[in-house]
Amino acid sequence: MDQSPLLEMRKISKVYPNGVVANANVNFSLDKGEIHAIVGENGAGKSTLMKMIFGMEEPSEGEMVLDGRKVRFRSPQDAIDNGIGMVHQHFMLVPSLTVVDNMILGMEPTKGFNIHYKEAIRMTRELSARYNLAIDPLAKVEDLSVGMKQKVEILKVLIRGAHILILDEPTAVLTPQETEELFRQLLALKREGHTIVFISHKLKEVKVICDRITIMRGGRTEGVFETSAVSEQEISRLMVGRNVVLKYDKGDRPPGPSVLQVRNLSYINPERKPVLQDIGFTIREGEIVGIAGVEGNGQAELVKALTGSLSGAEGEVAVGGETILGRTIKEIRQLGVSYIPEDRMRQGAAKDASISDNLISMFYRMKEWNKGLLLNRKKIAGFSEAQIDRYKIRAKGPEQPIGMLSGGNMQKVVVARECEAGPKLLIAEQPTRGVDVGAAQLIHQRLLEMRADGCAILLLSADLNEILEVSDSLLVMYNGQFVAYYPDVKQVTEERLGFAMLGIERQSDAEVRRAIHD
Amino acid sequence: MSNFFDILFSTDFAFSVLRVMTPILFAALGALISNKAGIVNIGLEGTMLVSALTGVIVSAYTGSAWVGLLAGILAGVAIAALLGFFTLKFKTHIILGGIAVNMFASGGTVFILYLVSGDKGASTSLKSATLPSLHIPLLQDIPVLGPILSGHNVLTYVSLVSVAGLYYLLAKTPLGLRIRSVGENPQAAQSVGVRVNRVQFVSLLISGFFAALGGAYMSMGYLSLFTRDMTAGRGWIGIAAEAVGRSTTIGTFLSSLLFGAADALANALQILKIPAELVGTTPYVVTVIGLVVYAVAETKMKKRKMTKKELKKAKQV
Repeated sequence: MDQSPLLEMRKISKVYPNGVVANANVNFSLDKGEIHAIVGENGAGKSTLMKMIFGMEEPSEGEMVLDGRKVRFRSPQDAIDNGIGMVHQHFMLVPSLTVVDNMILGMEPTKGFNIHYKEAIRMTRELSARYNLAIDPLAKVEDLSVGMKQKVEILKVLIRGAHILILDEPTAVLTPQETEELFRQLLALKREGHTIVFISHKLKEVKVICDRITIMRGGRTEGVFETSAVSEQEISRLMVGRNVVLKYDKGDRPPGPSVLQVRNLSYINPERKPVLQDIGFTIREGEIVGIAGVEGNGQAELVKALTGSLSGAEGEVAVGGETILGRTIKEIRQLGVSYIPEDRMRQGAAKDASISDNLISMFYRMKEWNKGLLLNRKKIAGFSEAQIDRYKIRAKGPEQPIGMLSGGNMQKVVVARECEAGPKLLIAEQPTRGVDVGAAQLIHQRLLEMRADGCAILLLSADLNEILEVSDSLLVMYNGQFVAYYPDVKQVTEERLGFAMLGIERQSDAEVRRAIHD
Repeated sequence: MSNFFDILFSTDFAFSVLRVMTPILFAALGALISNKAGIVNIGLEGTMLVSALTGVIVSAYTGSAWVGLLAGILAGVAIAALLGFFTLKFKTHIILGGIAVNMFASGGTVFILYLVSGDKGASTSLKSATLPSLHIPLLQDIPVLGPILSGHNVLTYVSLVSVAGLYYLLAKTPLGLRIRSVGENPQAAQSVGVRVNRVQFVSLLISGFFAALGGAYMSMGYLSLFTRDMTAGRGWIGIAAEAVGRSTTIGTFLSSLLFGAADALANALQILKIPAELVGTTPYVVTVIGLVVYAVAETKMKKRKMTKKELKKAKQV
């Protein structure tokens, strides 16, 4: 094609105030009438790029050219006025209102002082007929299925006159049938001359529906391809890959008897989507089992089930022979389970409490930390000082509120608390996400020490470096199932791992079942 | 006991229900519009007090009840604007802002009352005006209904018209739609370009407007003078009425009527030989009973709805 692109992002960089570089020198161009996929792992910078196109963020550097003129969007309204619409992954709908109310919000047709509902309904019906998005304008949004809600979102964008539609992981919440329907509708929109940006990490879907693909990794663009000219394998190779290689000397340690046993664990969420399907694995003393996978494939639910914050899961989960499904978090922790949560700000720490209060939040009930009715402050202070020292936590002292610390230091406090409890099983969920390299190495070393002491460790991470260096064996989760098991992580190539994570390849059931040791 | 029922089923009692309900209804409408926009205006009580005093003073100096009413309304809206300015612009917590308004009003009105009239308790030395009562032709001649519905203060009729007006605003106009969506999902509203802060500010102003009417009614209709802390919790009861009415306009009106009836009943019972303290609890007992009845009905309805949905799903599968 020799026509000039409809939208062009030139040398875009985005640096957040906290120093995180989300986009570095990104180039992206969109031709009129195409469906253009943006693929990349979590944290690759896809969402940031889209937020800039939709005016939710402003680029730190670089320029945006729309239809040959330079533009700058300061708010989503600017983007809407320029014919750009976005279907957010988390729907932007008002549940108690009707479909038509949601459609016209902010641009209500009026007749006198009143909303001209007849006209609004006519506009909605007309659009839904034209694009074959069947919807009842008078239904309440809260009564609609997820697929229907998405149709409302698409119609909302269309009624505002958008000709560029950005869809942020639109299929993540859909059933396969709904996904097929969505694809038919997107193709219809394309025939009508609309341009669509499709963000996804499901390569099969991308291959089915998209014309071109832009691949992102680590905040950069790795290339733009015609979909027909590139294989899933090649995309995967460009998407998944390590940048820096960490090396740890782990030392050999034959695993002991099993600590965590999981069999036939299944969970169906309230939307009736099976999120965990027949999960089974074992972790033995002194073994670190890693779970890799693209976010949203059931890892979060698995961790919740293991830590006692998911109700409705079925199957067998036992720690040291004692079943834990249906037990309270306190009971599970008393069995010797520690948990480093992914979200340290919300789950891992009490932001306004002091370092020492955070450190003892697991033990403060125990006798040895109390003196009669009161806490033994002296002992606690001594303990806190020792941890600050041991974990090299950069703080003014044990009484400093934890919220004042940097992310890495805050995470060290969380890790210290969970490790010093002397657990039999440690569940570490993204233990080094967003922390600096120094802190990450310290945390990794500590995990390896725990391993040497015979602790069973489950490590979930989106960081391939971490998972390949720290784990002994590796499981891959895809679509709520384990699709691959590697008993020895040294035998895993990144390429194979990428194929498994993206659902291109899967091992036989028998091979995956090897994860269960008896 | 027969005496008691004589009181309860007299037209005088029914008349007094509407009379007593008026300030509660105004406060409840004020609570409704701000809650719909997602901000809890707990400064209604204080706003009412300020408007009550402003109305008395201005009407005393100008000699016109209507000018007094207008001044009272302006004072109420100004307080709401101030509250909005601090909470929406400077992000003061709305509850703290509301408490400040109430405390300022409670102390400030006494201070100004003393400055103007030299009395710290009541405005007896001021010759303030009262708003007229309306005798509605034709309606007043109908037996039973006439004596109940006719002859009320003009603001009582305004309060009833306000119910319809607010219903219309919320259900039929673009502003109403924006208010409802901002209150329920501000991100959604913002994502389509609705200015959330502005919508909330307008709602607060309307909320202040209703509270002002309620306050002016207290000192220029219900009574004909201002007394210290004369609203006596009506702003709070209004907030309760809005909650009992489930944030719907009709529900808020009905529950205000219920609270009014309970208040009127407490007044009426005082002539019987029942301890005044016990009588004083009537409105609260009514609230508790009302909430229990409501909660039971609600749970039953939810269950019914659930089973219906289940059936539907089962059919689809």
